[in-house]
Amino acid sequence: MKLDSMYQDIILDHYKNPHGKGLRDGDAEVHHVNPTCGDEITLRVRLDGGKVADVSYEGQGCSISQASASVLNELLVGRELDDAVRIQEAFLELMQSKGQAEPDEDVLEDAVAFAGVSKYPARVKCALLSWMAWKDATAKALSEKETA
Amino acid sequence: MTQLPGLLPGLLDTEAIRKDFPVLDRQVHEGHKLVYLDNAATSQKPRQVLDALNEYYERHNANVHRGVHVLAEEATALYEGARDKVAAFVNAPSRDEVIFTKNASESLNLVANMLGWADEPYRVDRDTEIVITEMEHHSNIVPWQLLAQRTGAQLKWFGLTDEGRLDLSEIDRVITERTKVVSFTLVSNIMGTVNPVEQIVRRAQEVGALVVVDASQAAPHMVLDVQALQADFVAFTGHKMCGPTGIGVLWGRQELLEDLPPFLGGGEMIETVSMSSSTYAPAPHKFEAGTPPIAQAVGLGAAVDYLTSIGMERIARHEHAITEYAVRRLKEVPDLRIIGPATAEDRGAAISFTLGDIHPHDVGQVLDEQGIAVRVGHHCARPVCLRYGIPATTRASFYLYSTPAEVDALVDGLEHVRNFFG
Repeated sequence: MKLDSMYQDIILDHYKNPHGKGLRDGDAEVHHVNPTCGDEITLRVRLDGGKVADVSYEGQGCSISQASASVLNELLVGRELDDAVRIQEAFLELMQSKGQAEPDEDVLEDAVAFAGVSKYPARVKCALLSWMAWKDATAKALSEKETA
Repeated sequence: MTQLPGLLPGLLDTEAIRKDFPVLDRQVHEGHKLVYLDNAATSQKPRQVLDALNEYYERHNANVHRGVHVLAEEATALYEGARDKVAAFVNAPSRDEVIFTKNASESLNLVANMLGWADEPYRVDRDTEIVITEMEHHSNIVPWQLLAQRTGAQLKWFGLTDEGRLDLSEIDRVITERTKVVSFTLVSNIMGTVNPVEQIVRRAQEVGALVVVDASQAAPHMVLDVQALQADFVAFTGHKMCGPTGIGVLWGRQELLEDLPPFLGGGEMIETVSMSSSTYAPAPHKFEAGTPPIAQAVGLGAAVDYLTSIGMERIARHEHAITEYAVRRLKEVPDLRIIGPATAEDRGAAISFTLGDIHPHDVGQVLDEQGIAVRVGHHCARPVCLRYGIPATTRASFYLYSTPAEVDALVDGLEHVRNFFG
């Protein structure tokens, strides 16, 4: 069945057992919503030198948006910030590919499971919700560190 | 259309009706028969409406109310003929009370702006109140928020009961002597609730407030009689009642339309123009600046003819039977919670629900894969979701062509959803 291309087991696993869920201390917090469906996420980023020390989040939404936040946590926490930004960009590119991209598993790891989601325009925003929130929170954390 | 043996009482002959709607024949996702249950978002269009649109463009297209050539006269006659049809459809005392807009949102924004710019006694200002309800579509919330912010008026609203109905227990404290306008939906787009118009109108009239009724979810489904409603304004949209998109209606009482100021200025809405000032055409043209949606109005006229030929009372009976059946069947689905009235009484044919912890987006996606089209999300009525502590709902909504078999398909589909995420 075609749906399986969207609801990969990896996605359902992350949905049922999310990584790093819950809010912990952070340098910056953002709240993003997907106005078309009401998905919401509150996300905090903690930076430690040039590293992503923690990404914590709380939210409500569909399996795609929740699993995506879990994958993000797994993928980005502990990375050098430059690497994390590259992964975020690769994920964004994959989600905008309309199912045409051949994702690089070395870079995206579990996030390659979202390739199928990119064929469903209504769901791309669900997958990107936490990633856009992370980008926003990281920029906020960096600018606050600069001014501090 | 005779009642088929063995089926629910009141059902229309959907087999015949469905032949009028070409899209209902579609198969989607590799051979699944389309089960279209998103009628509260927009209805499908019968061939009669599609033909009217085509014929208008193929044979009569011209701008209206100007030009002396034959096409201009035909286009004008068709456009104004559509106004006659709509006026008759809602039992308006006068055709001049029917204003064409682009949709119900524009109709409601138009009223809000008329009142914001009006002189006394209609003027909404800082000493006055606007009353709405917690179950409004965003299109009947935001225009009033804007008006309140711009004028300093206070925005108040009726809350909801746990059963999905308006809480009118404090009606005399919500609608007061300061209230200038009360605007509410006749039928909730998210919960299907049919609201008690009479009680609200009586209180509004006691304090001299104007009454605006959003009939977007009523006009397609039941007899709509603006005189019986006793409202001052009634708004609805064409595309939910078998008409094309891009055409809406605002009905308003004649003396109000004469007194209230125009909102949009431009061609068509004037009497004379000089460089320093203008005088305005009488209603409805005063409120129809610019080239109107001509073909769309003609299409709406054809839709009104179509619905009238079947009969709005019979359509309402059909939908009631389908809704009753759907409520009964949905209650059989484990973990399903209906958001809104739990029976078919005083409710329209839109049913919102949650399914355990499965997010509506996921419900909708798995249903879609089986050819079943429902709406998921907050349905432009986010305050309702907040009120019931849910992020979103799945909504199935029916129309004159909906069948009990489609209800069964939905129930089977939901079982599949539960297995998929179970």
